[in-house]
Amino acid sequence: MSKFEYAPAPESASVVDIDSSYGLFIDGEFVEGSGAAMKTVNPATEEVLADVAVADEADVDRAVAAARRAQEQVWGPMPGAERAKYLFRIARLLAERSREFAVLETLDNGKPIRESRDVDVPTAAAHFFYYAGWADKLSYAGYGSEPRPHGVAGQVIPWNFPLLMLAWKIAPALATGNTVVLKPAETTPLTALLFADLLRQAELPPGVVNIITGAGPTGSALVRHAGVDKVAFTGSTAVGKQIAKQIAGTRKHATLELGGKAANIVFDDAPVDQAIEGIVNGIYFNQGQVCCAGSRLLVQESIAEEVTERLKGRLSTLRVGDPMDKNTDVGAINSAAQLERITTLTQAGQAEGATRWTSDCPLPETGYWFAPTVFTDVSSAHRIAREEIFGPVLSVLTFRTPAEAIAKANTIPYGLSAGIWTEKGSRILAMADAMRAGVVWANTFNRFDPTSPFGGYKESGYGREGGRHGLAPYLVEGTVR
Amino acid sequence: MSSTTTPRLDVRKTYKLFVGGKFPRSESGRTYEITTAEGTFAANAALASRKDARDAVRAARAAQPGWAGATAYNRGQVLYRVAELLEGRRAQFVGDVAAGEGVSAKKAEELVSAAIDRWVWYAGWTDKVAQVAGNANPVAGPYFNLSVPEPTGVVAVLAPQASSLLGLVSVLAPVLVSGNSVVVLSSQDRPLPAVTLSEVLATSDVPGGVVNVLTGRTAEVAPHLAAHMDVNAIDLAGALGADGITWGELEADAAENLKRVRRPAGETEGDWLDTQSLEAILAFTETKTVWHPKGM
Repeated sequence: MSKFEYAPAPESASVVDIDSSYGLFIDGEFVEGSGAAMKTVNPATEEVLADVAVADEADVDRAVAAARRAQEQVWGPMPGAERAKYLFRIARLLAERSREFAVLETLDNGKPIRESRDVDVPTAAAHFFYYAGWADKLSYAGYGSEPRPHGVAGQVIPWNFPLLMLAWKIAPALATGNTVVLKPAETTPLTALLFADLLRQAELPPGVVNIITGAGPTGSALVRHAGVDKVAFTGSTAVGKQIAKQIAGTRKHATLELGGKAANIVFDDAPVDQAIEGIVNGIYFNQGQVCCAGSRLLVQESIAEEVTERLKGRLSTLRVGDPMDKNTDVGAINSAAQLERITTLTQAGQAEGATRWTSDCPLPETGYWFAPTVFTDVSSAHRIAREEIFGPVLSVLTFRTPAEAIAKANTIPYGLSAGIWTEKGSRILAMADAMRAGVVWANTFNRFDPTSPFGGYKESGYGREGGRHGLAPYLVEGTVR
Repeated sequence: MSSTTTPRLDVRKTYKLFVGGKFPRSESGRTYEITTAEGTFAANAALASRKDARDAVRAARAAQPGWAGATAYNRGQVLYRVAELLEGRRAQFVGDVAAGEGVSAKKAEELVSAAIDRWVWYAGWTDKVAQVAGNANPVAGPYFNLSVPEPTGVVAVLAPQASSLLGLVSVLAPVLVSGNSVVVLSSQDRPLPAVTLSEVLATSDVPGGVVNVLTGRTAEVAPHLAAHMDVNAIDLAGALGADGITWGELEADAAENLKRVRRPAGETEGDWLDTQSLEAILAFTETKTVWHPKGM
């Protein structure tokens, strides 16, 4: 049977205007940054999209001061019902401008337009809509009758879901009466800057949200700033540990959403067709650049061969290429540095004796690309079974008994997510209990919802984002008696 | 035969560590002198070493799955039983607290009563925490979605320095509620109520290793617990007022494996009479969220 061919179905980039350079968004205005500007690049083409300001310590100081003024004079005293209406407005504006945000996200990040359009942007809007409704109901949330905000939240987010992570950070902070200084990732600042424009349309009071761009030193200056009461960070475990050390001995609070190396466990009675789709979604969604990615497939020995072969067959049909094409399944790796990391770890996998299979799909000439890859004959000691690769690379391990699956799943320092595939209900529940992980997907994977708490055990960090639990990190419990 | 009037010599207790349900001396062979608040000799307590701390962590790790795996109802009964035994040892605790903290007998009675009542309060939480802190999440799709609190794992507890029994109970009992196991480092200068509590625990139904009690110098032992890679969380209450160590230093040590840290409430040890809270339980829990599709 001949393969169906897909005609190109490119999304138009003309829906969004990208400025040649961007400043910092402080106190409701775009201002110059004091550091030397950086460039942000389209990872699918390596073309420079824009020059972006870099905030130094003085800029961070101005942003925190603006957030403090806004918190004390405007946002903190404002009734929750009024804060709620601003957040509802933001949710609506995001939905209205969703196409613009989706296109810009794909250009700056390299993820397929289908994902930015169907997942990132609508989920971000939904997150604001969900937390909007909490703003005037905090006394029902279980944190006392009069819970209070911490004050100023300093938030640092990663490049894998730029707008969605912004929403996860800003929505609960604003709903609870905190103000925000947010630093988007160095390689993906553009949707955060477009969000600043959206905030002006929403007429959010100046200083309530400040967006400062830059690299690691800017983030570090923000976290260390004495005027920041609450730190929220999503990123690597290594940086998370640095932050935990930096704020040790202070009264700053922190939410850390860090790395993962999820076990996706497939039992011999699993619904295999669904499991294959779940495995693919688990590790090739967003090019595998997902902290909760199902990067370790634990498959029961008796069906390991069948699952692996069917998986390879399915992966061969994935289309890798132009992220702006609506038919693309796997887009570009976000940066040259990330591609380098993926390459290094896969080389280690081969050197340590695992067997590599890589899809022979064609890759574009320019840009950062990595074809879907599967390693078999992997042991728990291999680097590719322990370290977060953050790319479209799956390590397959096998097990015989549930006890062995549990031991292998829990043996690593990470504990962000896990997957379980079996038709046996009692086994699902027992396995879910046994997983040392913050999110467990049974007969599904990589599901996200504003109402559902997300966050890790062990070295995957602490605190929860999403749901009622996601309010707690932004509140000081308080009761009036 | 002439009878003499020599008064009977009392039999003194040897104060030891409590690790894995047993009462070892410090492997280092060291002891240190404990005095009453008035400065008179009270006892020689075991001076725990780094190795003792490691042994205690190992015992706690081994005991943790069993304790977490017990039903919440069972944990509640076991913890309530501890309160019954505390009541039976009331006189001894009152004596220890009065002598060690230098308070009147009346005040010591009040503190011991508060400690026992606090233990009862926490015992009652075991089968309610998940109902109060967990919830169903109405996700926008055909999925069952439930969030529940689970124990963090092995928790190191630095017991308060001044409040030797009520403070100890206030930081120990909440950690046990959800199914954590504990290595507790007692007050450095007032360790005797902690040792007596360990004797209560040994004769209760709390499985060996679920609570391990070390006595010794806070500045010597606490950094090892804070840095230990198999400890999941730490309560730093006892860093306040400890010589030669600050809670900030210990928190920095704890960052190495991202321990959950409960900081002291202030910069000096407060009054423990009004400190029981659900927050003290939840500080040592993790929220797990489970998804499953719905379909016919």
